[in-house]
Amino acid sequence: MALNKEFVGRAFGPGEPYEVSRVKIAEFADAIGEPSELCRDKAAAQRAGYPDVIAPPTFAIVVAMASTASMHSEPGLGLDYSMVVHGEESFSHSRPLHAGDVVVATTTVESIRAVGAMSMLVTSTDIRTTDGEHVCTAKSTLVERGK
Amino acid sequence: MTVKYADVQPGTEIPQKSYRATRLDLVKYAGASGDFNVIHWNDRLARAVGLPGVIAHGMYTMAQAGKFVSEWAGDPGAVLEFGVRFSAVVPVPDDTDPPPGGNTGGATIEVSGTIADKLGDNRVAVDIVARSAGEKVLTRARAVVRLP
Repeated sequence: MALNKEFVGRAFGPGEPYEVSRVKIAEFADAIGEPSELCRDKAAAQRAGYPDVIAPPTFAIVVAMASTASMHSEPGLGLDYSMVVHGEESFSHSRPLHAGDVVVATTTVESIRAVGAMSMLVTSTDIRTTDGEHVCTAKSTLVERGK
Repeated sequence: MTVKYADVQPGTEIPQKSYRATRLDLVKYAGASGDFNVIHWNDRLARAVGLPGVIAHGMYTMAQAGKFVSEWAGDPGAVLEFGVRFSAVVPVPDDTDPPPGGNTGGATIEVSGTIADKLGDNRVAVDIVARSAGEKVLTRARAVVRLP
């Protein structure tokens, strides 16, 4: 099914604020095998100039996915998630996420285009603190494979 | 020990590292990331949608490349920008699957990097290559890293 191009330009969110915790950062660092003590030891992170333990750069996907999931499940979009593969991803950080951050995410549909039997969905998710400080922009290309 | 901006030049290579990925790693990643797509833990359902079996999350592979860069820089917070294209899936067989060529399950992701450019303000662009089972699994992978 072709994706609904009327979604281009639409913004979703911000949703509920996401509070970044030390436990979640450590869990994510363990899962990817990131060994840095800056993800686990507050004192070490502070010696390196951070307010608290910092998240690995791809941790922002945890926050971004919560935001994009609400958009993907919009029935009007026509996305068949079982046929979706991840095409591209990029993160642009103003600073690393750290424990104690309370952030909100807003996802904008940048483009929808058909390439043969496939559909490409490009979204941009803006992640900032509840005070309005920009932390990260995550840009994502999903490919819905044709049947 | 920490790499310094003054010490690197365009063309400087970052030595390759190999990372193992097993089914347990994918389960842990699913829980940590919240991505419970069945293709990352259920062979039957992965095959039903035309995949060779369970594959790694694209974001798991990207995270291995991110770890490679942050280990080199000595600081995960040094990675300012990071983008990849996912060019091939990374099948992660279970260790109970029949061993083709003595495979005991899991996959190996090999990551290497080259300094592409010095951007000023202590920032360098790093081009990253990630391979698994001889295939390039990430292309157009680049990070911008701030060095001391």
